Amino acid sequence: MILLRGLALTGLVVVAVVLQTAVLGQVAVDGVAPDVALVLVIAAALVRGPEFGACVGFLAGLLVDLAPPADHLVGRWALALVVVGFLAGRLRHEAGSPVGAVLAVAAGSFIGTSIFALSGLVLHDRAMPVGAMGQVILLGVFLDVVIAALLLPGLLPLFRRLSPPQAIL
Amino acid sequence: MPKRDHGTGGVGALVLLVLASLALITLDARNSSPVDPVRDAVGTAVGPVEAGAATAVRPFKEVARSLGSNRDLRHDVATLEAQNSDLRSQLATTSTDRNRLAEYDGLVRTARDTGYALVPARVVGIGPAQSFTRAVTIDAGTDAGVKPDSTVVNADGLVGRVVRASRSTATVLLIVDSDSVVGGRLGSTLKIGFIEGRGAVGGKARLDLDLVDDAATPARKDVVVSWGSGTGGPYVAGIPIGRIESVYSTPQQLSKQAVIDPFVDFSALDLVGVVVPRGTHGDRKLIHADGEIK
Repeated sequence: MILLRGLALTGLVVVAVVLQTAVLGQVAVDGVAPDVALVLVIAAALVRGPEFGACVGFLAGLLVDLAPPADHLVGRWALALVVVGFLAGRLRHEAGSPVGAVLAVAAGSFIGTSIFALSGLVLHDRAMPVGAMGQVILLGVFLDVVIAALLLPGLLPLFRRLSPPQAIL
Repeated sequence: MPKRDHGTGGVGALVLLVLASLALITLDARNSSPVDPVRDAVGTAVGPVEAGAATAVRPFKEVARSLGSNRDLRHDVATLEAQNSDLRSQLATTSTDRNRLAEYDGLVRTARDTGYALVPARVVGIGPAQSFTRAVTIDAGTDAGVKPDSTVVNADGLVGRVVRASRSTATVLLIVDSDSVVGGRLGSTLKIGFIEGRGAVGGKARLDLDLVDDAATPARKDVVVSWGSGTGGPYVAGIPIGRIESVYSTPQQLSKQAVIDPFVDFSALDLVGVVVPRGTHGDRKLIHADGEIK
């Protein structure tokens, strides 16, 4: 059962990353596309808590780092999404309502992309002027909220069904 | 904030995974990155899935694109009218064979104008701007003869270069990426300089030109082409890049700076061509310099 759940989770992450680059990248606004992997991580964390959220964040971030056309240092999105997964997991009792979940996505999107941008500045890898990065981050938050409102009603029950009866990892 | 979680609340997992991420970043930052084989493997596995998904949604994309703003639409009407008259004149002069390959006409023209052989490919994946990398995936890889450091063009001009290629897909770094530097040459005076991207795509996409000769002043509307580093280098010579939009100078720098408006629309990339040596054999036909497809 655990293996099956693991496979289902990996499958979901792959679908999210492919959806993001192959489908949503085509309809991006000024190149900014909704971040489905981030929404998936937050949904998992809101249902299962910080530990699970951080693990899904690492898995999803790693795939975003490795899947083409990513060309930045591997590990940067993993780092950002681990933190997002952990923080969203800590919020799971506060963000129980649908509105709370969408707010968690907004905060997670802002924090995640900011961590990614900051790591770029520190590592001198794909750094842009701070103002330009700020614009991208804010537009990203908006698009993530829109996609979260569409996806969360399906994702949250799905993770509840995927979780074991006692909900311990 | 009330803390209702049991025990440490996943702090252990957080610390462990953050350290794992940092270790990965350190590993990948080395010159001969041990992560590259993993990247290749993931590219080989995920690339075809991306290509399939992109093919499936291509018809819907056209619908989505038609929902542009009023201003965009007016601009589109003007462009389409120009294209229409262009196509009409082509229709009258070209053979039926060529008409069937109307979509490839632009690439054929590019191949003929520049004298290079091209591998046709479609863009199947676009990296989000949130990664601050302007790169795309194309559906041609080493099987089609595409190698890292190949030049990528489309009907309008220079698109970028291949940074990594798996069997069926390749990653192309666009010239608008903030890490991209292209050697450029002014069309009128043949002065050379370096062209850097700003990281933005779409209507705001601009490139910065820094001329090597401090005394030279680029003229507005002057066309900039690639300077080229031989057939093996990342950019072949003579590919049109853009038109100079404005020229300015700053007290800190001796040389004149210019802003270039690129010919290529990086937010609507679709069919591109990868420059390969003549006589390359791969899984698809090449577009040759004489306009022939074989």
